[in-house]
Amino acid sequence: MLWTKIKRTLRAGFVSFWRNGYVSLASVLVMTVTLSVIASIIFVGALFDSTLTSIKDKVDINVYFVKDTSEEDIAALRKSLVSMPQVSDVEYISAEKALVDFRERHQDDELTLQALNELGGNPLGASFNIKAKDPSQYETIVKFLTDKKDSNAAGESIIDRVNYSRNKQAIEALNRIIAASNRLGLIVAIFFMIVSVLITFNTIRLAIYIFREEISVMRLVGASEMYIRGPFVTVGIMYGAVSGILTLLLLYPITYWIGPITEDIGTGLNLFSYYLSHFGYLFLIIVGSAVVLGAISSYLAVRKYLKV
Amino acid sequence: MLHLDKVSKKYKDKSIALDNVSILIRPKEFVSIVGHSGAGKTTLLKMILAEESPSEGAVYYEKINIHGLKKKQMNDYRRRIGTVFQDFRLLPDKTAYENVAFAMEAAGRTDEEIASDVPHVLELVDLGKKLHNFPHELSGGEKQRVAIARAIVNQPDLIIADEPTGNLDPVNTYDIIQILKKINDLGTTIILTTHNNGIIEHLDKRVITMQGGKVAHDTHPEAHVGSTGGKSYESSNLTRK
Repeated sequence: MLWTKIKRTLRAGFVSFWRNGYVSLASVLVMTVTLSVIASIIFVGALFDSTLTSIKDKVDINVYFVKDTSEEDIAALRKSLVSMPQVSDVEYISAEKALVDFRERHQDDELTLQALNELGGNPLGASFNIKAKDPSQYETIVKFLTDKKDSNAAGESIIDRVNYSRNKQAIEALNRIIAASNRLGLIVAIFFMIVSVLITFNTIRLAIYIFREEISVMRLVGASEMYIRGPFVTVGIMYGAVSGILTLLLLYPITYWIGPITEDIGTGLNLFSYYLSHFGYLFLIIVGSAVVLGAISSYLAVRKYLKV
Repeated sequence: MLHLDKVSKKYKDKSIALDNVSILIRPKEFVSIVGHSGAGKTTLLKMILAEESPSEGAVYYEKINIHGLKKKQMNDYRRRIGTVFQDFRLLPDKTAYENVAFAMEAAGRTDEEIASDVPHVLELVDLGKKLHNFPHELSGGEKQRVAIARAIVNQPDLIIADEPTGNLDPVNTYDIIQILKKINDLGTTIILTTHNNGIIEHLDKRVITMQGGKVAHDTHPEAHVGSTGGKSYESSNLTRK
């Protein structure tokens, strides 16, 4: 009997979805717009993360060594730095490479190149380019280097200077911006999520309002609450599934068109590539949330009319 | 079978829909309730269907106070009553067949029983050729026949017909009343509300006249004042709360 009930409930839900085509269409369209907002939140979040990551990648500190520092001392310091949990990458730039890079950077500046030639030899020292895992961790790394400056193996300082103090304000400002952006992003996302949930709930409630007379008739012929609710919950699930899939289908051409643009404006993320590589995740979030939302909204909306 | 015991219904705005109404209806009776609009006819039927609760008094069905029933028992009770309304109240997105089948499904009947009984019942009300028509494809008289088919398909003990001919022409009115009479002849109790004096005269059955929420006249006064009698529940499938 349970299987018969399930079969009847599903059949009644499918038939109702199909026969009340205009109501279903209107509900699916409103839910599609709402789900598009949720999808937009996901995409904006991804773009935001990507942009912040690329900005973070551009932040670094340089440690300049005293001229003629031995390779062993430099290698020892590098080993210490790499073992720090805050350090993401340490790039060694030899004095020779520094000179080549300097010449390349100033290849159109005759005056500077002429001054370099007149100095003779290589006036530049070796250096480290250090990247932290998070911009907030540069302070710790710099403190480590400052301590190291006074305790080298030969009793002499091998570090000429660290360019952190010059970048300190910019790094701290960036840290503040990242923290504020994360908070703001979360608040905006929650706000739109709540709005989306309310719109979906009210759309389904409105769709079920149309059937309030029918629900009272069902009650009067002695149908149980579960028997009345079942087809409406099925229809709510169908609204969610259809609008979720429709949203995903619409996102394909939209991200295909907008993907190269988002990449070009400096976010470092092609939205179309993100859509393809995260399709499973997007499917789960958009279709899954729509189906759950559809089912819960229907369940709650019918309750109001069951009190006969 | 059905006993309204000193039933009153007062609303929050202090208007009185029913005032100390006591009626006893016996099995197989055909009772017509007449009265002007606002006399309390529809409220009386809503009390019997447990759509509304009395402010005072009680409604007993086979000696059980129906307003004390739990949800499941209420569903069982309602399945024993067939209802027919002036505005038909069919499910608009279901065909004639599906409307009747729905009542059977709600009563937990099997697919085989439904497939066998629904066409038969629709044939009885002369709609054998319109099984798969939707309500909007049927005339007023045909819609009311579907409603009657839905009301009788579970073989109820009682049929409540609230102005069933109110929206029908004289020919369809006559047909519907003939169908109800036949159902009554087969042993089903019928409570009918109507404005149509012609129907009352044609039926020649018990008539209760309502006025201002009270029973103004009853052609069978011996049935007017009843008693709940003993407390035997053996005849009922319903269980007390």
